[in-house]
Amino acid sequence: MNLLDPQGPVAAANSTILVDSVFIMLAIVVPTIFAILAFAFWFRASNPKAKFQPDFVYSGRVEMVVWAIPALTVILLGGVAWIGSHQLDPAAPVPGTGSPVRIQAVSLDWKWLFIYPDQRIATVNTLTVPAGAELNFQLTSSSVMNTFFIPQLGSMIYTMNGMVTKLNLRADNEGKLQGLSAHFSGDGFPDMMFDVNVISPLAFPDWVATTAKSDAVLNEDSYKKLMQQGVEKGRPTYRLDDPRLFDLIATQHIPPGPGPELASEAGRSQSGGHDAR
Amino acid sequence: MSMTATAGRAHADPHHIGLVIEHPGPAPKRIVTAYGFWVFLLSDIVMFSCFFAAYAVLADQTAGGPKGSEIFEQRNVAIETVCLLLSSFTCGMASIAADVRNRLWFYLGMAVTCLLGLIFLVIEFREFADLVARGYGPSRSAFLTAFFSLVGCHGLHVSAGILWLLTMMAQVFAKGFRADVLRRMMCFALFWHALDIVWVGVFSVVYLLGSGV
Amino acid sequence: MLGKLDWSAIPFDQPIPLIAGAVVLVGILAVLAWVVVKGHLPYLWHEWITSVDHKRIGVMYILLASVMLLRGGSDAIMMRIQQAVAYQSQGYLPPEHYNQIFSAHGTIMIFFVAMPFVIGLMNLIVPLQLGVRDVAFPTLNSVGFWLTATGALLVNLSLVIGEFARTGWLAFPPLSELSYSPGVGVDYYAWSLQISGVGTLVAGINLVTTVLKLRTKGMNYLRMPMFCWTTLASNLLIVAAFPILTATLAMLLLDRYLGFHFFTNEAGGNVMMFMNLIWAWGHPEVYILVLPAFGIFSEVVSTFSGKALFGYRSMVLATMAICVISFMVWLHHFFTMGAGPDVNAIFGIASMIIAIPTGVKIYNWLFTMYGGRIRFETPMLWSIGFMVTFIIGGLTGVLVAVPPADFILHNSMFLVAHFHNVIIGGVLFGAFAGFEYWFPKAFGFRLNDRWGKLAFWFTFLGFYVTFIPLYVAGMLGMTRRMQHYDVAAWRPWMLVAAVGMAVLTIGVICQIMQLVVSIRNREALRDHTGDPWDGRSLEWATSSPPPVFNFAFNPDVRGEDAYWDLKAHAKQQSLQHDAPEYHDIEMPRNSPTGFVCAFFATVMGFALIWHIWWMVILGGIGAFATFVVFAWRDHDEYVIPAEEVAAIDRVNLEERRSLVSMAGTV
Repeated sequence: MNLLDPQGPVAAANSTILVDSVFIMLAIVVPTIFAILAFAFWFRASNPKAKFQPDFVYSGRVEMVVWAIPALTVILLGGVAWIGSHQLDPAAPVPGTGSPVRIQAVSLDWKWLFIYPDQRIATVNTLTVPAGAELNFQLTSSSVMNTFFIPQLGSMIYTMNGMVTKLNLRADNEGKLQGLSAHFSGDGFPDMMFDVNVISPLAFPDWVATTAKSDAVLNEDSYKKLMQQGVEKGRPTYRLDDPRLFDLIATQHIPPGPGPELASEAGRSQSGGHDAR
Repeated sequence: MSMTATAGRAHADPHHIGLVIEHPGPAPKRIVTAYGFWVFLLSDIVMFSCFFAAYAVLADQTAGGPKGSEIFEQRNVAIETVCLLLSSFTCGMASIAADVRNRLWFYLGMAVTCLLGLIFLVIEFREFADLVARGYGPSRSAFLTAFFSLVGCHGLHVSAGILWLLTMMAQVFAKGFRADVLRRMMCFALFWHALDIVWVGVFSVVYLLGSGV
Repeated sequence: MLGKLDWSAIPFDQPIPLIAGAVVLVGILAVLAWVVVKGHLPYLWHEWITSVDHKRIGVMYILLASVMLLRGGSDAIMMRIQQAVAYQSQGYLPPEHYNQIFSAHGTIMIFFVAMPFVIGLMNLIVPLQLGVRDVAFPTLNSVGFWLTATGALLVNLSLVIGEFARTGWLAFPPLSELSYSPGVGVDYYAWSLQISGVGTLVAGINLVTTVLKLRTKGMNYLRMPMFCWTTLASNLLIVAAFPILTATLAMLLLDRYLGFHFFTNEAGGNVMMFMNLIWAWGHPEVYILVLPAFGIFSEVVSTFSGKALFGYRSMVLATMAICVISFMVWLHHFFTMGAGPDVNAIFGIASMIIAIPTGVKIYNWLFTMYGGRIRFETPMLWSIGFMVTFIIGGLTGVLVAVPPADFILHNSMFLVAHFHNVIIGGVLFGAFAGFEYWFPKAFGFRLNDRWGKLAFWFTFLGFYVTFIPLYVAGMLGMTRRMQHYDVAAWRPWMLVAAVGMAVLTIGVICQIMQLVVSIRNREALRDHTGDPWDGRSLEWATSSPPPVFNFAFNPDVRGEDAYWDLKAHAKQQSLQHDAPEYHDIEMPRNSPTGFVCAFFATVMGFALIWHIWWMVILGGIGAFATFVVFAWRDHDEYVIPAEEVAAIDRVNLEERRSLVSMAGTV
């Protein structure tokens, strides 16, 4: 999950900007730290060679320089930030080979649901994508806020209930990566890590075909079961019944996921009214 | 040694340019109190502005419930506004009466202010009660949430103001026009006028803009 | 009758909070018992609890902050141990407990350690530096302190009765809404912050008014010590920002208590509005904390370099620039929300612009040292440690202000390391520098410098050993608030960070040892002169500790570095021998208003958390009645007769006459 070992163009650009910015700043930070230590050492009270200049309390020239140095650095970095934010806008297209893959990600309590509307399949906690293709993500949340993040593919983005955020990524090399939620979302939050399988574009249709044969079907009913609070250790896959499922979630036609209270009320009615605190 | 520092000026103030007006020393208590209260009022207005901002964000989120134009009653709002503006005038009368230490006019001014404030509150309360009875309570939609909170926050301030007003009257009755009582009276008057200013904002943003849509 | 409160609120099944709570309770009871048995209660009541003296209130603020630092520090130790052991296992803290700990750690460290520490120092020192006898509103000052203490008490109460929030220190909805957090945790969080927030606002209004309206004769704005300027800037920010927090938490509470829809998923609520509002407060809050620390460093660096502050006006400008710009950058806390490139870039650049005045400050301290005669006393060590550490924190801060870099660093351990870098390296180092620097002023004796220096070196090293690994973990994709994890690459760094935490703990122990040793040897360390460091501003012109009226005469100021001029002048003319004519001094009477009011606020807060409505009404009536009683009292001042003033002042003068004749070469 090393940020400095990017596996796609977005992550590569992110980390290049990161490293460049660090070096731009190090150019003034290192001399400054050195000067602090050097001045402090040289002008120690016990050093008779240091000249005591109690009246050196103002110098227009020094003032100019000390305002100019950080200002120039910020102008330079501001340029980097301006260009970078436009080029790396999460919604900006990331051209790739072959046809783009549309993926609709839903953060649930506490697992990730990935819907492939065009392939009419869905997976939980595992994301399989072809190498080299543009990946168009649409993201929403079934309940609380989360952040979708695959460190080695770059740019993270929030998922929020009733709203859709957009993110475009591309994975360049086949292999296994990991993704996670980067926004605390409750007790099962650390278990929201998911696998990212980047497979060859040729193998992708096969994977889709295999997955489409899955016995489990994802529709409104099974989705409502899935969105109950809980941690998913397995990696279930589904056939997608209705390709508009994501829209139903995002537009709140399917109401937001229940929190713990409703779940415990259900438990209470089953166990005969005992509070299982 | 007395505490009079009289150091060489040039050395003491290397940036010294031209004439420097010497700060005369700590301000009198009345000024300090009023100044502090102004700062409080500004902070209170910042809080109101958050509720205004929330209202602006949520005004269109009616969630299938009523829009502003469907529930606002212009006549009531007009009466409320008149009450509050008049009460600002009577509050001013009471302040002047306190300054010239005229008890009769002070009580009269404060009583009328109180009465006008209460009329305002009663109208507002009836408006709220009516909306809730029709199923348009604050839980109905985000718009109603923001509406009830903004208008209710102002209403709570007016209620607190009336409590303060009655306490002030009792205090003048018990203690007379003492210096500290007069300072408090000045703060109260500032508070009451500030509520008027906030109401002008509520009136314009909520009722005037809202009923047009 | 008792709302939601019943025996299930006591966590009998969770030994850690129960034992911790019991230990704290026994500790408090033991201290109380000792106080009562030894007969100190009347002293405590008359001299401290009901005191409206800004110095006493300042000391109590700092005491509160120190106690809460131990609580927040314990949370930190537990978190570091959990993350060190919870690799491919659940560790020793279940999620519901771990989540409370990190939420409480953040809440406590910001609101009940950093805030009271800096407010305490400002309270203690600013009136002295301005050459006046008290703050603008002494009784309100006491109310403010006790309300802050109420908030701290409620947070600690959640340890044994009920639970604390499990949502992180800013309680983002919808997670903090009733449907996802049905327990009382978020209510504890919100009500303790509401109550202490009122206290903070009061303190802010008080200090703004004090600086702007209560300065001694001749103390023009551009002659105020730097610490007064940063106090002004910081408190202006409090006045402008804390109402936003109050309004935001009020909205969250309305959602939770009355079914409103400000931030809910349902009925059109808007989560993004919460993010905007809370950070519109949250970012200025950072500068509320760090600006006073900048002021402290300015005082310390100038004093221990034996020079006036370099580029004073430039520093004033930089301070006020930070004050204003800090309100225009809040969006950088959520670049990853998808706001669009223009918005992100503008806020990113605005955030970087703050680095300019901050950088200028660093350079001005640097040039203050240039040509100085630097004495490496403990406060100066903290200051140099700060300058080095804060630059690194500034670097990583500007880095996360670059939106594309933030896209991969947001919410990561890198971010955690960054804000600890600036808050520990900036605020905490500043608080410690101020503590060491002004302790002799507050108590009349110096702190043992051997233990002080040990504390510095352990804290300094411990900081780097703890937080450099967190930077690395962030670069390895580790996100914050992980109760457990399965990624092998993160493990070693978590182990190193735990070691660093141990080193930091040794630093804290040294600090405690320093206090113990110094109190034991206080006679040897006593400061007779009132000016132990060869200081430059007016707080050193009076005795240590200062008399209740601070100055027998309001000083007359003729330039920057008022006390330095005084000394220089006195040396030139040898000492003037005119016997001054003393006058009666009127001082505000002590009042239990603050304490009683806070008692009712505690009752009310507790009742609100547990939905005990009759008790809420009772608390409200009590608080109102307290103010009425206060307003009804007939004498709010008492007179210190001229003879008494003269007696106190002469003792002080005799002692410092020797010092002034020895005052440094000027």
